[in-house]
Amino acid sequence: MSEQKSAENSAEASLGTAKSPTPSDRSRGALRRFLGGSAGRNLGLIIALGLIVAVGAITAGGRFTNFENFVTIIKFSSIIGVISVGATFVITAGGIDLSVGSVMGLATVVASLSSVQDAASQTTWVLMAVVAIAVGGLAGLVNGIVIAYGRVVPFMATLAMLVGARGLAELISNKQTQIVTVPDFLNLFRGDLFGIPVLIWMFVVVAIIGWFLLARTTFGRRTVAIGGNFEASRLAGLKVRRHLVALYVLTGLAAGIAAVMMLGRTTAGTSTHGELYELDAIAAVVVGGTLLVGGRGTIVGTVFGVLIFSTLTNVFTQNNLSTSVQAVSKGVIIVIAVLLQQRFAARGSRSSG
Amino acid sequence: MQAITKSFAGVPALRGVDLEVAAGEVHCILGQNGAGKSTLIKILAGAYQPDGGEIVWQGEPVVMPSPVAALELGIATMYQELDVVDGLTIAENIYLGHERSTAGVLHTGSANRHARQLLGRLGHGDLSPTREVGTLSAANKQIVSMARALSRDTRLIIMDEPSAVLDAQEVKNLFRVVKELTAQGIAVVYISHRLEEIREIGDRISVMKDGRSMAGGLSVADTPTPDLIRLMTGRAVENVFPPRAPVAADAPVLLDVQQLAFREVFADVSFTVRAGEVVGLAGLVGSGRSEILETIYGARKATSGTVTVKGRMLKPGSVRAAVSSGMGLSPEERKSQGLLLEEPVFKNVTLATFARIARYGLLDEKRERAVSRTQIEALELRPPDPDLLAGTLSGGNQQKILLARWLVQGTDILLLDEPTRGVDVGARAEIYGLIRRLAAAGTAIVVVSSEIPEVIGLADRVLVVAEGRVVQTSPATEIDEHRVLDLIMKGMAA
Repeated sequence: MSEQKSAENSAEASLGTAKSPTPSDRSRGALRRFLGGSAGRNLGLIIALGLIVAVGAITAGGRFTNFENFVTIIKFSSIIGVISVGATFVITAGGIDLSVGSVMGLATVVASLSSVQDAASQTTWVLMAVVAIAVGGLAGLVNGIVIAYGRVVPFMATLAMLVGARGLAELISNKQTQIVTVPDFLNLFRGDLFGIPVLIWMFVVVAIIGWFLLARTTFGRRTVAIGGNFEASRLAGLKVRRHLVALYVLTGLAAGIAAVMMLGRTTAGTSTHGELYELDAIAAVVVGGTLLVGGRGTIVGTVFGVLIFSTLTNVFTQNNLSTSVQAVSKGVIIVIAVLLQQRFAARGSRSSG
Repeated sequence: MQAITKSFAGVPALRGVDLEVAAGEVHCILGQNGAGKSTLIKILAGAYQPDGGEIVWQGEPVVMPSPVAALELGIATMYQELDVVDGLTIAENIYLGHERSTAGVLHTGSANRHARQLLGRLGHGDLSPTREVGTLSAANKQIVSMARALSRDTRLIIMDEPSAVLDAQEVKNLFRVVKELTAQGIAVVYISHRLEEIREIGDRISVMKDGRSMAGGLSVADTPTPDLIRLMTGRAVENVFPPRAPVAADAPVLLDVQQLAFREVFADVSFTVRAGEVVGLAGLVGSGRSEILETIYGARKATSGTVTVKGRMLKPGSVRAAVSSGMGLSPEERKSQGLLLEEPVFKNVTLATFARIARYGLLDEKRERAVSRTQIEALELRPPDPDLLAGTLSGGNQQKILLARWLVQGTDILLLDEPTRGVDVGARAEIYGLIRRLAAAGTAIVVVSSEIPEVIGLADRVLVVAEGRVVQTSPATEIDEHRVLDLIMKGMAA
């Protein structure tokens, strides 16, 4: 067996045999590296977003191109955005979390109940937020332990959590919607800061923290290393299993934060919150340039991915096109994005030979 | 097959291989890992195209652009990872790709009848053609695979290490089936590195090494085993091994392995390594040599025995414990176990140390680059550019990255598994030099290699491993290749 492997390995190795590059090779290599590198990928995303904005401006005119509408788009992006930032981490590490949407739903139910039950209305909004985030973190912890130590494949472990958390939310809420009546909480989310809604600020803060964590810290490096080569990371002495748990906790925490935002926006906790969010999040992350197989992740890309989809939705809504048409075009965009990614990736590795 | 050559983008995998197989014979191909056996049979199976040379099939030169073309000529391949579909029945598997049907409607009844006949020809009439293949043992899956070959009027079956997944009884049965096939005039190309098997089943042997034919068409009956092993392991290219520095008698013992055992793979392994000493493990593939290294390192959890580093016993099964005690491993499979191929050199070099280079959890890539540059310049990585992607470098350079990884933090004990596999001759000499320099600086080193001359030339002390036991420990100056081969042979017989 190792014989076969080594034959394949030598085939791969050969792709990289160094021959001294001519200057033109080198400049072409630099261009490709740029296009295949992070700046180039983000450039592609900016172009894609620009095209969608242009289409919106042409077809919907002033209804689309005004400040309020752009704020609406970003506000609309913020909840799925926070979830996607969390999902970027597990996907970069070569995992997947299908449970983010239903964990968010569960967190809204538990948190809203905790405020309702406190009849004396002593509940501060801080407690409610803490409860929601804790529910998310706890669900992530369960996912992480099952995956890292129970060695269940992430797809199945988090699929089980998707179903289980949704059911638990229904049980706890008795399928009733819980209205949040904590005035401070509602006021906070109705409020603005420098003319920008609080939801957007939360998204911005989460994205910046996520970017920093992934790109600038040892936590981020571990994440990329595990996704790039799990066995090599383990043999280099990284605490790979503990890190996997931390990653799923992180994704759960992001779902918890998203739950707080959801409560603020809808003023209600219900078990149906966040349905299919896991798929939207994965689509945004992958379109943004994070590799589904792991080893490469970009928070900036994820933010663009989220913005691309929500801008698209807005353009379609402004033009009174049905959600079905939206769904079809989303599908097309996902396929095109992944195809482009693969071409760049293939070229990137070939060019460096 | 004549003068077959095959390169993968410039790196030759086969440098002129000849193979001649006669009808009705079992022709064995013998060779170490990386000798090119797999590449050769993939060419024969139509999966790869040769760059040069000619394939003559029943007197006619042929070109096989695809595996299907090979099948149509009558050449079938039984791969190690059995290519049967678990969810289908035996009959469905046998006729997979050439289903018995009219206008797409399957003739299930006739397929089952014919499948039963084919199984009968292989002496397995007891297997029901309607049974699901997923419920079969590996041995019976091989039978299905062979029946599939027969269903296509096959004249030549290539078997790639078929015995690797079988127990002794099943191997006997396999041999019986192989004999029935050859009795029907079918030729079998049999790949294995188990010599005793080849003795039993083979008619003729071809030996490969480093992508070349070392010998073709030797008669099994007339070729003594030591000759075969020498052809397999002997290194034609003369290697320049650096001179050994004497190990001080009072040099501290850094690594002390006692009574180490791992499941059924190896047992009772005890040895010590002093600072500045190079200990080599010599043994064939499957002798347990790599597993010994991995168990010392904690990548496998020892079933019994202890590993003590500088007087402190390590927690079994913990790579962390090994690494923090000052141990480093350069694994056998560089690409799958060692490197982040899509990442730049410096991130590979600092994979074990980036957290220590970082401050308060914040990465310091500038320092990582600087640290890596120091190491890769000292190891003469070419070019010494910390920003190149690891996957684009040659085997020798990749090996240097793995050495550099452990040198960053000043590792005391280096475990090197096949440090020169896939490394060309010039770079090998460099790596030997590096290993010696590290030893001279006081590092304790354990080297595993398939190439016996390499182990003897490089090490101060040689442990001969056979069948999971250390059968001999000798100073390298008091042992030679013949002696090692003898010991391996005796160890295998025991």
